[in-house]
Amino acid sequence: MEDINPKNVLEVSNLNTWYGNKKILSDINLNVSHKEIMVIMGHSGSGKSTLLRYILGLEKTKTGLIRLLDKEVSKLNKKDLYKLRKRIGVAFQNGALFSSMTVRENIELPLHENTELDEKTIHIMTRLKLELMQLSGTESLMPSELSGGMLKRAGLARAVIMDPELLFFDEPSAGLDPITSAHLDNLILQLRDALNMSIIVVTHDLESAFKIADRITVLDKGKIIMVGDKGAIKKSRDARIINMLERRAITNNIDADDYLNRLTRN
Amino acid sequence: MASQPSNESILNNLLIRLGIAGIFLYETIRSLFIPPYSLNLLLKQILFVGARSMLVIIIAGLFVGMVVALQFYDTLVRFGSVSLLGSAVGLSLTRELGPVLTALMVIGRTGSAMCAEIGIMRIENQIDALECMAIDPYRFLISPRILAGVLCVPILTAIFIVVGIFGGYFVGVILFDLSAGSYFQNMNDTVLSRDLLMGFIKSIVFGLLIVWISCEKGFNLHLDKNGAYGSEGVSRITTEAVVIASIAILFSDYLLSALIL
Repeated sequence: MEDINPKNVLEVSNLNTWYGNKKILSDINLNVSHKEIMVIMGHSGSGKSTLLRYILGLEKTKTGLIRLLDKEVSKLNKKDLYKLRKRIGVAFQNGALFSSMTVRENIELPLHENTELDEKTIHIMTRLKLELMQLSGTESLMPSELSGGMLKRAGLARAVIMDPELLFFDEPSAGLDPITSAHLDNLILQLRDALNMSIIVVTHDLESAFKIADRITVLDKGKIIMVGDKGAIKKSRDARIINMLERRAITNNIDADDYLNRLTRN
Repeated sequence: MASQPSNESILNNLLIRLGIAGIFLYETIRSLFIPPYSLNLLLKQILFVGARSMLVIIIAGLFVGMVVALQFYDTLVRFGSVSLLGSAVGLSLTRELGPVLTALMVIGRTGSAMCAEIGIMRIENQIDALECMAIDPYRFLISPRILAGVLCVPILTAIFIVVGIFGGYFVGVILFDLSAGSYFQNMNDTVLSRDLLMGFIKSIVFGLLIVWISCEKGFNLHLDKNGAYGSEGVSRITTEAVVIASIAILFSDYLLSALIL
């Protein structure tokens, strides 16, 4: 179990989760400190997004502890959970923008709902964030008129509009070309340096992970197999990490008889 | 071969579903009292549920009124009581046909759209995004729709009834030469405030039921373990919402009639 440190913005200890009888996450222990960029990596189905949902309080934990910005997530009532969520930002994989609202309305939404700022200030803050994301001029466009990269950047603009202390970014580079993906990586670094944010990025993109991460957590089949800085990950002798770094497909040694038996079994 | 679910597990699932729907309604009603209150969100839903349903309600009301008058005329002629046509049309429209048919039209036009829209919001993480932005999805998405349903369905029902009465007037008075005075006087004598109240209460209950069932199906799409989660899931729950809401309307219509009569 990792040490509890008061400077940590996130502490997860002994988290176990189930879906029905199937165990999804096993003994997850994870710390993220202030101004750190932590990348959670793993192949599809390794439990990255599930872990994110538990950290955000979108799913309730029955075992283990999740402490987010010094609050124990599972013990918060709805009102306190919302209070905590005003201090974090979440950028979803597909942007999760509301299709019936313009880009500006989408980005302004948290300010309208959670603050009592006047319209003018809200407009200025929105323009600032749009400029930071290089989305100036898209204010009046509908989400359906944006490209994949623009959707992600608009989602990111909405996630940081309240200047959160901690930002979560789910799969920033999924489905993007290398240039747009590199641009998003630069944005993430810029956000940490300019706005002093701690950032947790969930990805399976190696290049992006090694570019932005201070530390990397590698998940496999719902278990953390390693947490370390980029150098430690690269030096790891764990076969699963080597496979991942060398982009080697996971192959099973197939017993021909057993294989045939399984296929022909009633 | 896949084993058939036992009666016990079907009952268990049904009770769980009812429990989930009950919690959904509780959360929605609770969220009605949580500020900030947004008039914009409510007006947008009133436009969608009410104003944009008007044309279809007027057309349906007109033809229903005409066909009811035609059927009653044919029956009343056999008993030599054609003068009762106004009463028959008025009573059947205010007590039964107006509220029920308006509700069924609103399910088809609005309930299905609400269910699909909220279901898509669920699969595209928009509802999770609201939660993560500290915006209560019940307050932001559901309560304006519930309020719009409860406000608009009675108004649409009233429009349906009025248009239906004039549809009946067209058939009875213009096509079959019944006296206009007799048509309206008879209706005025027979349709009591109790009948209007019955129609009004029914339409409020139906408005609540339509939005509750339609939104709940979409909102809790991820909890439904019967099938696919993506576009197929949205299509399935939309069909289910329409079927369940229609049955709920007919069932509650009987219950309310039995209680009020």
